[in-house]
Amino acid sequence: MVKQNPKIEISDLKVRYDDVHAINGISFDILENEIFGIIGPAQSGKTTLLKVINRTIDFSPEARVTGRVKVDGKDVMRVGNVYALRRKIGMVSPLPVGLPLSIYDNVAFAPRMAGIRERSQLDELVEKCLHQAALWDEVKDRLHSLGTKLSGGQQQRLTIARALSHEPEILCLDEFSIAIDPVTTMKIEDVLKQLRSKMTVILVTNLVQQARRLADRTAFMMNGELVEVGSNDVIFSDNPANRKTYEYVNGIFG
Amino acid sequence: MGRGRLEIIAESLIEWVIRLCGISAIIFIFAIFLFVFKEGAEFLFNELDLTEFFFSKEWYPTSGYNKRYGVLALIVGTGSVTILAMLIAVPFGLGAAVFISEFCGPRLKESLKILIELLAAIPSVVWGFIGLTVINQLIIHVFNAPVGLNILNGGIILALMSVPIIVSIGEDALKAVPDSYREAAVAMGATRWQLIRRVLLPAAKNGLLAAALLGVGRAVGETMAVLMATGHSVNMPNSVLDSVRTLTATIAAELGEAPVNSDHYQVLFIIGLLLFSITFVVNMTADLIVRGVRKK
Repeated sequence: MVKQNPKIEISDLKVRYDDVHAINGISFDILENEIFGIIGPAQSGKTTLLKVINRTIDFSPEARVTGRVKVDGKDVMRVGNVYALRRKIGMVSPLPVGLPLSIYDNVAFAPRMAGIRERSQLDELVEKCLHQAALWDEVKDRLHSLGTKLSGGQQQRLTIARALSHEPEILCLDEFSIAIDPVTTMKIEDVLKQLRSKMTVILVTNLVQQARRLADRTAFMMNGELVEVGSNDVIFSDNPANRKTYEYVNGIFG
Repeated sequence: MGRGRLEIIAESLIEWVIRLCGISAIIFIFAIFLFVFKEGAEFLFNELDLTEFFFSKEWYPTSGYNKRYGVLALIVGTGSVTILAMLIAVPFGLGAAVFISEFCGPRLKESLKILIELLAAIPSVVWGFIGLTVINQLIIHVFNAPVGLNILNGGIILALMSVPIIVSIGEDALKAVPDSYREAAVAMGATRWQLIRRVLLPAAKNGLLAAALLGVGRAVGETMAVLMATGHSVNMPNSVLDSVRTLTATIAAELGEAPVNSDHYQVLFIIGLLLFSITFVVNMTADLIVRGVRKK
């Protein structure tokens, strides 16, 4: 196997919201072109970690971040152009957020912000992204109706299409399949496997089996601590390094 | 047993009192309209030439031998002052609303909101006084005008009076935009300006429109401040430096002088009806728009 470069380096990251410690000193690397799963029960700090990576943690003024998260070797908390950082990262949040725009405009939002104006280029991009999110066939006849009128699952796929639209280097999926039926979930999982050749995918999921199916490596977090990180062969084997990992993965607790 | 009956009676009594309070608002509105209508009805149906009323600029209600009741100049007065006021107040008000809702920190936000509410609580006669003294002098100096009581003065005063309404309603509209929209746009790398222009303004546009319309309603109905600031002379203006007179100010100034039930008295009530209709239409439109927002 080719040695992969680290895309994101996390060292001794701690995040505190007032008195609540959300992340309690975690360190690991996420490699280029891998699918990296993060599993763990609620309140384990998974979503907070994603917020630090794309610096949307800035919108929680009570949060205190110490330690270091580097993307491409640059400390995200000190990066000068935070908008450029965020454009590098596609984010799909657990509850679908269709912007109050048409389906087309939702997907074309980020490319337009990046300065693409040409109609044909946008058309092509929108179609490609909607295809990738397994949504094209359902919406191709009503691209100009409101995105917020779609069903929950369709909106979720719309946000995936949107996250792909600015061709991010890192794609973060936070519980993406929460509102999607299993068949569609499978379609999107297939897409994610293909995307691995182009980008780094971080997959935060409550579905342990989803991490097992998709991820190359997986981290198991609990109460803001990293319990174990390793390749899926180890994490999902009968003998992971930590007993808790085995118990969680096999549904003995959590 | 007796106590149970008492409770039932008390309960229904309270219910009726509350119901009456609610209905009274409707009764008052209709009563006011009916009263105003009744005072002007006789003249409206028998003698008033509506074409002359709306299209003549001759307002001579007290002329000895040839009374003329044309309110065109007054409508133009109200319209010009209102339009100028909105040209100033809508950009400032909406800008302030965006600033308060999106840019400033929580502490500054609280103090700004209190200050703006204070601005709304200043009595209109005080605004008129400021127009009469401060802005009057300013306009004379800056524009070298013979008098400073004109459309410009009235427009500025009215703008200052409408801004608080526009700011607070506009800020409410922006606050009603779900945070998830902001997060989604920001996560895609939108800058603050892109976020405001591409997401917040389109999402809040109905509420912001309603804010502007309520500002218009406020401006059309204002009386004392414009009476003091516009110069109060019946005149078809050629520029913003000309004095005008508004519909509201005419009623306020002349009603006390007009003999009860005279033609003049009745025409003033017809002007009242006209104002009533204008503000009713403006408020109704604003209300329908706000309702449209809630439905979505």
